[in-house]
Amino acid sequence: MGALVEEFPVILGAFWLTVRLTLASAVVALVLGTVLAAMKVSPFGVLRGVATAYVNTLRNTPLTLVIVFCGLGLGTVLDVSFSESLSTNYLWLSIIGLSAYTAAFVCEAIRSGINTVPVGQAEAARALGLTFTQNLRFVVLPQAFRAIIAPLGSLLIALTKNTTVAAAIGVGEASLTMKSMFEQHQDSVVAIFFGFALAFLVLTLPTGLAFGWLSRRLKVAR
Amino acid sequence: MSSVLYDTPGPRGILRNRILTFVFAAAVIVAAWFVYLKFDEKGQFDAALWEPFLQADVWVNLIIPGLLNTLSAAAVATLIAVPFGFVFGIARLSEHRWIRVPAGAVVEFFRAIPLLIMIFFAQYGGSAVLGLTVTSFTAVVFGLVLYNGSVLAEIVRAGIQSLPRGQSEAALAVGLRKGQVMRLILLPQAVTVMMPAIVSQLIVLLKDTALGFIVAFEDLLNAGARILPANFRNLIPAVIVVAIIYIFINVLVGLVANWLERRSRRSRKTTVKPIEAPQSVGVG
Repeated sequence: MGALVEEFPVILGAFWLTVRLTLASAVVALVLGTVLAAMKVSPFGVLRGVATAYVNTLRNTPLTLVIVFCGLGLGTVLDVSFSESLSTNYLWLSIIGLSAYTAAFVCEAIRSGINTVPVGQAEAARALGLTFTQNLRFVVLPQAFRAIIAPLGSLLIALTKNTTVAAAIGVGEASLTMKSMFEQHQDSVVAIFFGFALAFLVLTLPTGLAFGWLSRRLKVAR
Repeated sequence: MSSVLYDTPGPRGILRNRILTFVFAAAVIVAAWFVYLKFDEKGQFDAALWEPFLQADVWVNLIIPGLLNTLSAAAVATLIAVPFGFVFGIARLSEHRWIRVPAGAVVEFFRAIPLLIMIFFAQYGGSAVLGLTVTSFTAVVFGLVLYNGSVLAEIVRAGIQSLPRGQSEAALAVGLRKGQVMRLILLPQAVTVMMPAIVSQLIVLLKDTALGFIVAFEDLLNAGARILPANFRNLIPAVIVVAIIYIFINVLVGLVANWLERRSRRSRKTTVKPIEAPQSVGVG
């Protein structure tokens, strides 16, 4: 227990980094995933093909590989640089990896959300003379949006847990901090583990409850 | 083709779609060209970097051993995680509170925390608490079993709960005991229903073995991102080749899952539809 109290500021800092990684990756993944979903439902074969290839590739590749490719491949070999500071650069590269990976799942969630809207509704909307934009705004998206809340919530929880993989390229978030604390305090490994596990529960459980409540509240009655 | 978003296009719509298809195709080619230039500028298309993949001994000595380690970690973890999932999934449905509540707590706990910190805990906790030397293989398998076993427990529970209540009520009414109801009536139907979801979760497990890279487990990713670049300085080609191997294996297992799902929909063992796989995001 002593180790946890003693190192409390370090742990807090590590989890603050985890939270920032999660939020930054979530925003980028949401934007990229929406673009991919738009490509995947578009009437243009080229865009559908590109989006399908992207989603199938990223979904079947281990996240660790994606992060390592971003950190060492993009960062070290191709010299992609976002910042003078090496640690900030790796932070950004890990955000790219996490969001590129998560975007594939976001794309699938949005696409299946759009598919929950019965075709008859859109046909009725067109028969009434609604334009493409009106159909999207008044009929399809309000229903699709409600259907994707629950899957997006699970994705956010998974992303929170997945930020630990950034440890593969040395980003000092919670899991890497836990590892170095294990090395320094060999006598209290169990306490440290449960401390960190508890902190992750504090991050993931409220997210799950909030999204569950929201999706039940906004459920489309059919 | 009519969809939720578009009506079947008329003559003008078809023309517009064709023109835009060409515009987008040009944009995709330009983007690909920029990526190509960037790779070329750093000499990533040099024959020296790709040539090792034509040598048999690179495959035999460096890549295949990594692949075998990955597959054996996945196989061992699967063999332990599946029984773990069945035991805890059934325990969560127990009538006895003292079985149901602890089983639920274990499953929820291991589903809510990152797999990587379980692997780190196995690695350091094993030696610090029990005085054992924990190999990276054991640590990876430990984490994979606890996490994926807990997800499988949820699949098992959902599979059994998806069966109509009348099944177990009728079985109890003809005088079967609780164990017999589970073994003779519920499980045979539930296994059919949840098989596709179990196989999809096993793909996640296989992908997650790559986390072993972080604890220096000599798996396929280790071959691609550490060993090959150390020998040939070809990180990007090596990672790409390794990624293709991962994708190939996962697509293969995915096809098995699809086949099982079709089979299970046709199955006469039960009329219940197969349950959906949980959000198979996967960690590793």
